[in-house]
Amino acid sequence: MDIAVFTLAEQLILTLAALMLFTSFLLLAQTRLLTLIHIFALQGGLLCATTLLIAFTYGRHHLLISAAITLGLKVFFIPIQLQKLVTHLDIKREVEVVGHPSLIMLGGAALVLFSYYAVLPIRELSMLATRNTIAVSLAIILLGMLLIISRRKAVVQVVGFMCMENGLMFAAISATHGMPMVVELGVALDVLVAAILFGIFFFQIRTEFGSLDVDKLNRLKEVD
Amino acid sequence: MLNLIFSTSSALYLTLLFPLVGAGILALCGHRRMAGPLNLIICIATFITSLKLAVDVFYSGSIITPSNYFYVDAFNVYLVLLNSFVGMTTAVFSGPYMAHEQKIGRVKSAGMRLYHSMYQGFLFTMLLALMTNNLGILWVAVEGATLATVLLVSLYRTPESIEAGWKYFLICGVGIAQALFGTTLIYFAAVQIMPDSSQALMWSVLYSHAAELEPTVLLLAFVFLIVGYGTKIGLVPLHNWLPDAHSEGPTPMSAILSGLLLNIALYAVVRFKMLIDPALGTNIAGHIMMGFGLLSFLVAGLLLHRQRDIKRMFSYSSIEHMGLITFAFGIGGPLATFGALLHMIVHSLTKSAIFVTVGHATQACKTQSIEQIRGLINSQPKIGWGLLIGTIAIAGLPPFGVFTSEFLLFSATIKSYPWLVITLLIGLSIAFAGLFRHVQPMVFGPCPQGHIHIKANMWPVALHLCLILWLGIAVPDVLAGWIDQATIMISGKGVL
Amino acid sequence: MNAWILAIVQTVLLLLIAPLLSGWVKWVKCKMQCRRGPMPWQPYRDLAKLMRKEVVLAEHASPLFRATPYLVFSVTVLACSVVPAFTIGLPTAAIADVIVLVGFFALGRFFLSLAGMDIGTAFGGMGASREVTISSLAEPAMLLSIFTLSMTFASTNLNNMVHFTLTEPFQIHPSFIFSGLSLLLVATAECGRIPIDNPATHLELTMVHEAMILEYSGRHLALLEWASMLKMLIFGVLITNLFIPWGIALTSGFVPFSVGALSMMAKLMGIGALLAVSESVLAKMRLFRAPEFLSLAFILSLLGMLSHVVLEVH
Repeated sequence: MDIAVFTLAEQLILTLAALMLFTSFLLLAQTRLLTLIHIFALQGGLLCATTLLIAFTYGRHHLLISAAITLGLKVFFIPIQLQKLVTHLDIKREVEVVGHPSLIMLGGAALVLFSYYAVLPIRELSMLATRNTIAVSLAIILLGMLLIISRRKAVVQVVGFMCMENGLMFAAISATHGMPMVVELGVALDVLVAAILFGIFFFQIRTEFGSLDVDKLNRLKEVD
Repeated sequence: MLNLIFSTSSALYLTLLFPLVGAGILALCGHRRMAGPLNLIICIATFITSLKLAVDVFYSGSIITPSNYFYVDAFNVYLVLLNSFVGMTTAVFSGPYMAHEQKIGRVKSAGMRLYHSMYQGFLFTMLLALMTNNLGILWVAVEGATLATVLLVSLYRTPESIEAGWKYFLICGVGIAQALFGTTLIYFAAVQIMPDSSQALMWSVLYSHAAELEPTVLLLAFVFLIVGYGTKIGLVPLHNWLPDAHSEGPTPMSAILSGLLLNIALYAVVRFKMLIDPALGTNIAGHIMMGFGLLSFLVAGLLLHRQRDIKRMFSYSSIEHMGLITFAFGIGGPLATFGALLHMIVHSLTKSAIFVTVGHATQACKTQSIEQIRGLINSQPKIGWGLLIGTIAIAGLPPFGVFTSEFLLFSATIKSYPWLVITLLIGLSIAFAGLFRHVQPMVFGPCPQGHIHIKANMWPVALHLCLILWLGIAVPDVLAGWIDQATIMISGKGVL
Repeated sequence: MNAWILAIVQTVLLLLIAPLLSGWVKWVKCKMQCRRGPMPWQPYRDLAKLMRKEVVLAEHASPLFRATPYLVFSVTVLACSVVPAFTIGLPTAAIADVIVLVGFFALGRFFLSLAGMDIGTAFGGMGASREVTISSLAEPAMLLSIFTLSMTFASTNLNNMVHFTLTEPFQIHPSFIFSGLSLLLVATAECGRIPIDNPATHLELTMVHEAMILEYSGRHLALLEWASMLKMLIFGVLITNLFIPWGIALTSGFVPFSVGALSMMAKLMGIGALLAVSESVLAKMRLFRAPEFLSLAFILSLLGMLSHVVLEVH
């Protein structure tokens, strides 16, 4: 059997990859803001677990720092800030109507297939057992994009954006066992600044438009 | 001591240090009256050190710092110089302009602090992106440039500007994420052949091993990279954020966004193309760039006609020119590359001059709407002439530099893809018509009531336009030799 | 010959413990809700009582209506005989194919819906149409997750599947998580449990399965009730044995068989308790939301298949 060539740790990494993909689908399906944020934190937790697993299995101890950053940023800081914001702006109870939920899910499945075929050439050359996860990471990135496109709430779009970041980190960690430390730190800094800026934007949008529906941001058009 | 300060690598570090420290200082005192001049002084200091850096590279070839983190060669040093030069001249304009905005109450003092600090922060991230040797840091810096400017786009806190800021943030963020994925793939390909993974993202190391990298991975990576950085260049169909961000932010910001940031993203794409071409052995990366470039060139030219906002109109013109440059880099021969590099310079200089003029015009007419800006030559002759000459220059009429570079590009196209020249010519005339259709009544025509007279400082504009005129009549030997060095690096062969 | 006896013993055993499972679920549920419920063996008494009662038939009932309980029951017993419960390698293994199993269920459902419409009452027709709607949505999800499993096992035969997992070294299959979840959702829908259908209600707006068998009485009703208990048991055995087959007897002998039987009981108690918990915390969905529930099952099975193809194939 095919999967039998992997060690148990590798099988576990693959399972975590599958679970991350699953959380992405949950994000797509979820319409309640708070639950959405919790699922996002769960995804961050899975990412952190994967990083730890790889750090210990392959002895890449610099990944421990990366895992700590993920834990701090994606599991605690960003979800907690988002949750506070949602409570503060009193949009906790808002439920978003998603048009054609099943269609979006099927679109998501199509994206997974697409990413599989897109990275097919890579699978044929790598020595790393975890290279199968590149397709999953690409799928997570694309699903984050789908989340941004299919929703109208600014908070959800931010979660989609951060979900894309999760996918990117997952690609870097699982496929290449981590980028150089400088780059990882730089990316983490960018994510942190982006998270803060998003918070500022929420307040600006809320003050100007009275809600966080980006549908109301429709004044600027390509041609008049 | 003096020798140490003016040693080559310290010039490199100082070029980065000045804007970084400047951003810190201006974050504290950016709202005071001396902030504008201080901003200018920091820019001048940056310009001097980058000039020193450029001279060194010109005489003694590329520099690489011992830690391998920074790398300056003929290609990026000229962009560094261009960056700090345009940053400096725009700072001349920015001081009084922002003081005026503060006076009429559009910007509060916190906003001024943010503005001045981020002006330097933006210059810093761009210089970092240019000079770093690490492709990961390149990504971090380009993303950092977005983050630095995103709040400036929404500085005025109008609904439109917030919308523009949000769009800019989200579209560029999503786009640039693709570029990080591409970078990861490059790293993935590199660690397969390099034992030392800490060097596997260094451009100089990768370049020397380019032929050994796995072509299929690189091609896939390039697709993600062009989508990612292409969003930042403003290539159609990823351009939606660009006109909004350029039109809603403060005008000095538009000038450096349009003149510089787009160049940086394009620089990144070209760097990656240099890696990918030897590995692939075909020009498929070039063909992708040509496709994107040509599409942007044509679509932006058509959209120019339908604009009502003067800054939006000129930002479409930026998309058009970036499309042309991308197309030229895609063709890839020495002549096309030479033309493209020259076009990057002349476009930056012209476009920033135009945005500075437009900034004066909008302050004088108190509006950005094309229909209400009329008769500038009568009411404000300096601004009127500046706008007219700038538009003539950007439309590619002789004797300005844009004409020279476009001429080179067209000659290169005739050599490689003769049929495409017709498309290019049609696109050029569409854009020309679009520009003059709007600019002619703004410049000539009767002057309506309600315009205020402002003291316009046209020196930066005049300086830029003179430089472009000079480049149009005769490209100086120094510059030509320099661009030729860069051309040799990129396309393998020189023109001269 | 011996093996045939064993197959019959296994089928009869399943037949006998089916009411116990449904009684057990009810009992746990009552305990969860702090009620004093009937003891787990209550369903035996109910069935015995129904068996003794007189059959009342509607005036316009056709022979089909009378034949249906026997048909449904025997089809379910057949389905029951192919499921590997406490041992594998029985002669019935030859037809122990998942697709056959799905076919048996479909056959039973077909006759049941016809019988529901046969009398011509509003409820029967309504129940039949709902049942068919739900199963038409559930079946693709079920088949897809079974295909995912059979891609791993390279077989659709239940015996081979179980044998494979027991003999190969331990592996974690990401796709199994999704297929397992999807099968659980499908099973709740197929067995008419909360949140799709509530077996304890006869409220006309919500009932599905109960509406179809509303006209039945006496031993007919007993057989149909028994068949539906059996169906739940089959799903329970199937899911537990496909994913956690440990305990099933690989060799013959008294000890392996009793270990197999005991482990099967334990697994069934576990999954029954799980069902009871989920029925206590979930509310029944409106019928119009059933497609959403089942599309979740479908997406899960699709994800299972995708993660098999993407992650597990080397």
